[in-house]
Amino acid sequence: MKANEITIYINNKQYKVQKGQTVMQAADSLGYHIPRLCYHPKLSIEGACRVCIVEVEGAKSFVASCAAPVVDGMRIHTNTKAIRQARRDIVELILDNHPQDCHTCERDGNCELQRLSASMGISKRFFEGERKHYEEDHSSKSVVRNPNKCILCGRCVRMCSQIQKVTNLGLAGRGFETVVMPAFEQGMEDSVCVNCGQCINICPTAAFLEQGHSEAVFDILSDDSVVKVVNVAPSVRAAIGESFGLEAGTNCEGQIFASLRKLGFDYVFDTNFTADLTIMEEAAELVERITTGGVLPMITSCSPGWVKCLEQFHPDMVAHLSTCKSPMSMAGAIIKTYFAGKIGVDPKHIVNVGVMPCTAKKYEAARPEMNTDGNISTDYSLTTRELAWMIKSAGIDFVNIKPEEPDNPIGLSTGAGVIFGATGGVMEAAIRTAYYMITGKEMGEVKVEAVRGFEGIKEATLDINDMEIRVAVAHGLGNAAKLMSIVKKHPERYHFIEIMACPGGCIGGGGQPYPMTNSIPLDEKSLAKRASALYNSDDANELRRSHENPFIKTLYDEFLGEPLSEKSHRLLHTHYQRREPNGIIPKEIEPLSA
Amino acid sequence: MSCNDCNKVGDPRYDELKLYIDSLRDKPHFESYLIAVLHRAQELFGYLSEETMNYVSCDMNIPTAQIWGVATFYHFFNLTKQGKHTVSVCMGTACYVKGAADVLETLKKELGVEIGETSDDGIFTLGEARCVGACGLAPVMMIDDEIYGDLTADKVISIIKKYREEAKGAA
Ligand code: SF4
Ligand code: SF4
Ligand code: SF4
Ligand code: FES
Ligand code: FES
Repeated sequence: MKANEITIYINNKQYKVQKGQTVMQAADSLGYHIPRLCYHPKLSIEGACRVCIVEVEGAKSFVASCAAPVVDGMRIHTNTKAIRQARRDIVELILDNHPQDCHTCERDGNCELQRLSASMGISKRFFEGERKHYEEDHSSKSVVRNPNKCILCGRCVRMCSQIQKVTNLGLAGRGFETVVMPAFEQGMEDSVCVNCGQCINICPTAAFLEQGHSEAVFDILSDDSVVKVVNVAPSVRAAIGESFGLEAGTNCEGQIFASLRKLGFDYVFDTNFTADLTIMEEAAELVERITTGGVLPMITSCSPGWVKCLEQFHPDMVAHLSTCKSPMSMAGAIIKTYFAGKIGVDPKHIVNVGVMPCTAKKYEAARPEMNTDGNISTDYSLTTRELAWMIKSAGIDFVNIKPEEPDNPIGLSTGAGVIFGATGGVMEAAIRTAYYMITGKEMGEVKVEAVRGFEGIKEATLDINDMEIRVAVAHGLGNAAKLMSIVKKHPERYHFIEIMACPGGCIGGGGQPYPMTNSIPLDEKSLAKRASALYNSDDANELRRSHENPFIKTLYDEFLGEPLSEKSHRLLHTHYQRREPNGIIPKEIEPLSA
Repeated sequence: MSCNDCNKVGDPRYDELKLYIDSLRDKPHFESYLIAVLHRAQELFGYLSEETMNYVSCDMNIPTAQIWGVATFYHFFNLTKQGKHTVSVCMGTACYVKGAADVLETLKKELGVEIGETSDDGIFTLGEARCVGACGLAPVMMIDDEIYGDLTADKVISIIKKYREEAKGAA
């Protein structure tokens, strides 16, 4: 017997397992899925819900398997009559206080609580417990909080504090009156919430949802007095298929463009194009900062959750943010100026909708700093989930629809644009173009492997014309916080930093489809599949570098002049501000041993 | 770190609070003294205001949402300013039957507050109580430790007047 191996019995079958695991982990590895609610492998163990109880011979009471370690000789039963009954009682107790209005609930059909209760065999309800009657919090541009649907598993609280290090949410009060809320019971809008939407992704129920724009967009689509324009972010195509039962990582861009036309949009554009445009401006800005002694490291600004995070937690670093608008806001700026001119329509009569993997984009869209010559750049921002719902609601056969291409000029894009959706993608795309801007030559190897993958913080050193350029990439705001402590200790360490608020980058965005039955939130396997859809699309594209995009060249020739021109500055760049919402202080994070 | 609350210069109570926090700073698991610190803050200020909680958050480097969680979990923390006197109306069954709701209404009007609030003059905080064990006198209210029974609207108003005059006289 190996040193770390012990013997356990599950349902009378003998197994050899590694020491130091929990009963749940051991059972998982052996193919027994014990029901669970408050447990998540990436979060600390709370042991609060007791849905995961098992029977252990010799133990006085049932054991919470997510918290109990395996012990040599342990005899575990996961499915006896007694344990099934006890588990069912626990879930029924939750249901007693839950508004049973599934048929009008956004999570209907994709709700963990529904699935759990169905798997317990709960069919009839005999008892109506006391219901919760809290006000819903609609104050935020991005995230709606509905404590009435909350079953107090605490996953959102741990997500927001442990993965995102924002710690906006806490469990306030006690007992039946416990409510998940920001400090001082203030609205999400006034809180330190950065709108990332990760609490929505991790919540088993509809207690957190995005601020919905889909009904408003349906209204616009039936309004003949305006021109309806839409642009679709890179990572949406890698994930939306999951809402229609397709395998994660199925690239659905053709189906999306076709569906958007069927929904009634007049012009269907691709945010990938403005991702290329962002790279032109951002790479030029980087080169300028490096060659003229500007503020370094420069930090990307396309993730609006990250931007707000920096503005409030690191206000002394606002000058480090790239002044570039995000691809969504650049799309709005170009649509409401250049494109409006092309079709001869007053920008006031154009409604521009962004389809985004992100809830924070709703907040970004509403930021006055993003406006274009006094017009709002993005009128509505839909999440991937909302678009999927609209497509279903309009009766469009997404899975079998014939794929279509986006419209030009804001349609054609390079492989550099599409990889924006994965962590490291903006960095890689920027490197490809910055290299060209500095040397006048193309990089030998187009791929920058060092910045790919799901390592929390990735670093690379590049040699460009005998200049050493040091870069770093972080995804998820907990990793971003770590990286910022490194930067504060070693201000010279990096030239350029990419940060995405969501784990995995936009592919893991707070507006992406809920996990299917065989997956869980933050699951790296699903994220990797979504990422590979984007990298495959890059590989398949003849154009790999943003500066090779012929329509980008035309846009500069006909309209903008050159990167960082006065016009570019007016339309494509912006400024950021210090923010001090009530109740701040994320925990200072110990710098990596660096 | 962005925080303006750490320098509450001018208010000696904050100096006092800081001294207390500093005395704990080197202890193992410094954060676990949060409850003690909040107690000290409440002693100093009478209640825990947002400002005070922000201050503690900043000085102890504990996120405000967590402090709020602790402050709302324990009944002994007051989150609103407390008046000089606490008026609690008994809402137990006997009192309820005998018209506790009317007593409460009278008090709300007379003091211009809702339950949990403190009157503008800072003298009274209005609250509710469960049976205080004086059912024979129902309806009953307590002002601090004093029990008043057989209440009518007029009686309530005259008792409040008495306290008000006393408080003003003392000031
Ligand atoms: S959260 Fe789930 S269980 Fe609750 S009403 Fe919505 S669908 Fe039903
Ligand atoms: S949106 Fe993000 S920052 Fe805001 S409460 Fe949810 S997890 Fe926290
Ligand atoms: S809001 Fe959702 S994730 Fe948070 S505690 Fe409630 S049910 Fe759990
Ligand atoms: S999953 Fe184990 S106690 Fe909740
Ligand atoms: S019910 Fe009021 S004193 Fe008993």
